[in-house]
Amino acid sequence: MRNLYTLKKYFVRYKKKLFLGFVFILLSNAGSVYVPLLLKDAINSLQDNIDSGLLLQYGLMIVGASLFAGVFRFLIRQTIIVVSREIEYDLRGDFWAHIQKLPLRYFQNNSTGNIMAHATNDINAVRMFLGPAVMYSADTFIRLVIVLTIMMLLNIELTIYVLLPLPLLSFVVFKLGKKIHHRFSIIQEKFSELTTIVQENYSGIRVIKSYVREDSEEEKYAQNSEDYLNKKMSLVRVQSLIMPILILITGLSIIIVIWLGGIKIIDGEMNLGEMTAFIVYLGILIWPMIAVGWVMNIVQQAEASMERINNIFAEPYEIEDTEKTDNSITELKGEIEFKNVSFKYNDHLPEILKNINLKIPKGSSLAIMGYTGTGKTSFINLIPRLYDCTDGEVLIDGNNVKTIPLGVLRTNIGMVQQEPFLFSDSVKNNISFGLNDLDENRVREVAAIANFDKDVEQFPQKYDTVVGERGITFSGGQKQRCSLARALAINPQILILDDSFSAVDTHTEELILKNLKWFLVGKTSIIISHRISTVKDADNIIVLSEGRIAEEGNHDDLIALDGIYADLHFKQLLEKELTEMT
Amino acid sequence: MSSDEYKSEDEVLGKAYDSKLMARLLSYIKPYKKYVIFAIFLNIIVAALGPVRPYLTMIAIDDYIANSDYNGLIYIGLALFASLLLQSVIQYFLTYYTQYLGQRTLYDLRTQIFNHTQKLALKFFDRTPIGRIVTRATNDVEALGELFSSGIVMVFSDIFIIIWILAFMFFMDFQLSLVTLSVLPVLIYGTFLFRRKVRDRYRDVRLHLARLNSYMQEHITGMSAVQIFHREKEGFKKFSGINDDYRVANIKSIFYYAIFFPSVELVSAVAIGLIIWYGGGEVVRGASTIGVLFAFIQFTEMFFRPIRDLSEKYNILQTAMASSERIFKLLDNETFVKNPESAVKLEKVNGQIDFKNVWFAYNKDDFVLKDISFSIKPGETVAIVGHTGAGKTSIINILTRFYDINKGKIYIDGIDIETVDKKELREHISIVLQDVFLFSGTIESNINLDEEKISREKVIEAAKIVGADEFIMALPNNYDQEVKERGATLSVGQKQLISFARALAFDPKILILDEATSSVDSEAEQLIQRAIEKLLVGRTAIVIAHRLSTIQNADKIIVLHKGEIRETGNHQELLAKHGIYYKLYELQYKDQEVKAS
Repeated sequence: MRNLYTLKKYFVRYKKKLFLGFVFILLSNAGSVYVPLLLKDAINSLQDNIDSGLLLQYGLMIVGASLFAGVFRFLIRQTIIVVSREIEYDLRGDFWAHIQKLPLRYFQNNSTGNIMAHATNDINAVRMFLGPAVMYSADTFIRLVIVLTIMMLLNIELTIYVLLPLPLLSFVVFKLGKKIHHRFSIIQEKFSELTTIVQENYSGIRVIKSYVREDSEEEKYAQNSEDYLNKKMSLVRVQSLIMPILILITGLSIIIVIWLGGIKIIDGEMNLGEMTAFIVYLGILIWPMIAVGWVMNIVQQAEASMERINNIFAEPYEIEDTEKTDNSITELKGEIEFKNVSFKYNDHLPEILKNINLKIPKGSSLAIMGYTGTGKTSFINLIPRLYDCTDGEVLIDGNNVKTIPLGVLRTNIGMVQQEPFLFSDSVKNNISFGLNDLDENRVREVAAIANFDKDVEQFPQKYDTVVGERGITFSGGQKQRCSLARALAINPQILILDDSFSAVDTHTEELILKNLKWFLVGKTSIIISHRISTVKDADNIIVLSEGRIAEEGNHDDLIALDGIYADLHFKQLLEKELTEMT
Repeated sequence: MSSDEYKSEDEVLGKAYDSKLMARLLSYIKPYKKYVIFAIFLNIIVAALGPVRPYLTMIAIDDYIANSDYNGLIYIGLALFASLLLQSVIQYFLTYYTQYLGQRTLYDLRTQIFNHTQKLALKFFDRTPIGRIVTRATNDVEALGELFSSGIVMVFSDIFIIIWILAFMFFMDFQLSLVTLSVLPVLIYGTFLFRRKVRDRYRDVRLHLARLNSYMQEHITGMSAVQIFHREKEGFKKFSGINDDYRVANIKSIFYYAIFFPSVELVSAVAIGLIIWYGGGEVVRGASTIGVLFAFIQFTEMFFRPIRDLSEKYNILQTAMASSERIFKLLDNETFVKNPESAVKLEKVNGQIDFKNVWFAYNKDDFVLKDISFSIKPGETVAIVGHTGAGKTSIINILTRFYDINKGKIYIDGIDIETVDKKELREHISIVLQDVFLFSGTIESNINLDEEKISREKVIEAAKIVGADEFIMALPNNYDQEVKERGATLSVGQKQLISFARALAFDPKILILDEATSSVDSEAEQLIQRAIEKLLVGRTAIVIAHRLSTIQNADKIIVLHKGEIRETGNHQELLAKHGIYYKLYELQYKDQEVKAS
């Protein structure tokens, strides 16, 4: 229960409503326990010849008592269950607010599916505790106390006999519930195994077909499918027990009433009315007794889920504004400097960047080249603090980026990532993603700079076209140009492009670069590319190799150096010749 | 879970009932017809055992308690107990048994989907996202589970329970039955109304949940974009809106539950009130007995469950319809590479390959191979080189009949491959692909692909020849080592060696090798080079070459450019031409020479 205790602060918020809920439970039970007493008197009165007026009165009173109970039963759900939805809302909100602030590192180490599981399954398990579990335990407790008292008053001995089987009911439901939960998780595991087989078969279909393994795959799948079937049946074996056991135990209590009660009536110790009341009371008690076992399981599962949620809440933000933040910084001018910067993703991983020293003057352009895995993306990620460097410091306008307010830093840097992510929203909303207010003129303007405007005109709903599965699927080049427009829209002082033209043909690229030239006047830009054509006009070009700056200079310098850059240059010329050959 | 699944959730509630789909679904139970009939028969019996107890109670009260008959009371007690025990036992086996039937049917369906799908042509897999096919074979089948396991049989159970209760009631007191049952229309109408309302609400809740989930899913995936643009605050605002919609939808649905359950209790209180008023009057007049009243009070409680269950079946049906429609669409897909009707036997192969004026296009008329002709003699190695998009991979695809060609002919040992059984053809050709695909399983099962004819000895032998044995023996469990996450723990070079061992173990007459471009360290490079040399001995081989050594050792080099053969010859001849090959050499192969020297 240690973890569920953290929910206290949420409960406190709704204490009034919850208190009312408990009052309603009390009132509702008062109404429903009155019905059997009325029945008792009615049945007893039948033995003395009475007039039908009195019978009608009994009938109406029964309906009246039920109505009374029903009104409050309605109100119970309107308070306690509603509160559980309120708390669920609060909890999920807090969860999301926290998730959004976690560093990228967290999202790289945890799959989306995994995080989603916490956001859905775990919060749901906790919700079951907040609502049904709270309601049923309070209800059961109050009802048990009232009904037992009345039954005892009617006949102590019979009460004891009759109640004997009932705790067994709670116990059985608890035990079976636990077993079911356990077997259910086994089944889920097996199910994901089965899914993996299917997935592998389809992904590896070329291997399977070329080695003619269809038959053996069928056999393997059939075997696993059979195994899954058996696992399912092992759950069914337990699940099928529930109904019969419920029937058996509750039926047993009723038989005891009829049998022992019958003897007592014959002996004159009891009357028929009382026996009727007993049977109806049993009916009232059965569901709460089942609920007890059920509630215990909910609590256990909620506790485990809450622990996982609390673990996420305990994840540190790593990158956030601290007391070192200098709030007097409200804008960036654009001078960037790397001072002895080293970086590694993890303590036990090798260094990706090693002692980098570089100055990028305000308003200049820097191009970065190098083979894959040489640290280019890591390099630029340090500037908007997607990661913090492990050694040395990154300075902007002479201030360590760690002292610049995160909001100022990031809203002044426009960045297009290697694999840009677009949201399934309209084109214009995607482009104006970084803006506070939608400015249609601005959207058109930046789309034109990114040479994306002509594409948009071809879309069925122009700028209102939805991106993604529900609208139109962008080509790689369209994605890159759209996200370039998104980065330009915020009019950043620093623009960073991470291989952002890889899917754009060279002709279009040339046009975009031309447009960018006047956009970037007075702004600093950093561009990673594999293409010489993209980088050759940059003020400064660096070539990264194994985490270090291997070559630095402008295009002509680097060609003269006859190193990596010159080699890349030569090959790209050859490639161009080859593709242009007919 | 993919976002595709979250999104498709709101599409689930589509068509309610379609007799064609239903008929096709029911055809899956046909093999178990006898068992289904038996289950229904059992249902009829067990349905009577519940309602018989109030009847026995009546006898106990009217005949024995009223007459102070202790023995009679004991008999009734025993009879009650017997019916209870019998009901529990039968109920258990019945539930188990119907579930088993349902799961069996699902098993059949699941296997059918799998077997059907993997026979489909590669064209199908090119066009269809794998996630979607997987969902058909797994989740959609699961969605049918309820229909088969509880739906069909349990409908009978509910109906019979109602019939039995009615039978007992009318038998005991006709008039009182009519009076009591007068609340029934209200109950039925109320239940169905509730179901409909709740279904609408539920649809609403699901819709908002789907929106919430896809929002979270999308923004977790795109969290870097959110953070780069510093949109956390705005993102949270939007999230809160969706979260709030979901909360409101839930609270609205609480309202219906809150009304429904007390209402049902009220209806049964009205029934009891009627029993007391009307039945009580009958008792006073001597037209009925207290035992009857007693039994009727119990009956009123029994009525509700089957009526509620019946109304629920509609939902099950709806979900099943949606899933089955998607499943059947997949099963009706007939994208196969056709097998000849009377296939020519291809028992022993020498390895002569002839391409005669072959034209091929993936999409209509957009030819990727144009008028390709060449011959390879048994045992020869041919290297195919070319720039990206030259059509190299397509040559593999058509030789193994993953795709059919548009024009021309391909012969193996002079036999047109279209006249040969696909499987037989592929048994003589092994392919080693660039991206090595490893399955979950052991190292051994990745080499012999669970082919029983390839013994452990043969696996080890193959691994030794290609030089994979050494690193495999260094693994904790050697050949029984589990391959996890498609070989994430193995290096690129190791994975390649495993795929070479795989090809060697199957000992094909013809080998197609698509050399990987990814760079490995020089030690691994040497291992791979040596392995390739061993692999090619005694086979006809087509190599899509990226290694200088492979090219130099080839008997012939074919230079493809934009779908056409532009140059053929050996390394020296082609270099001397100063044509396409020369450029390719400068671009891709020259460095290897520098490194090697």
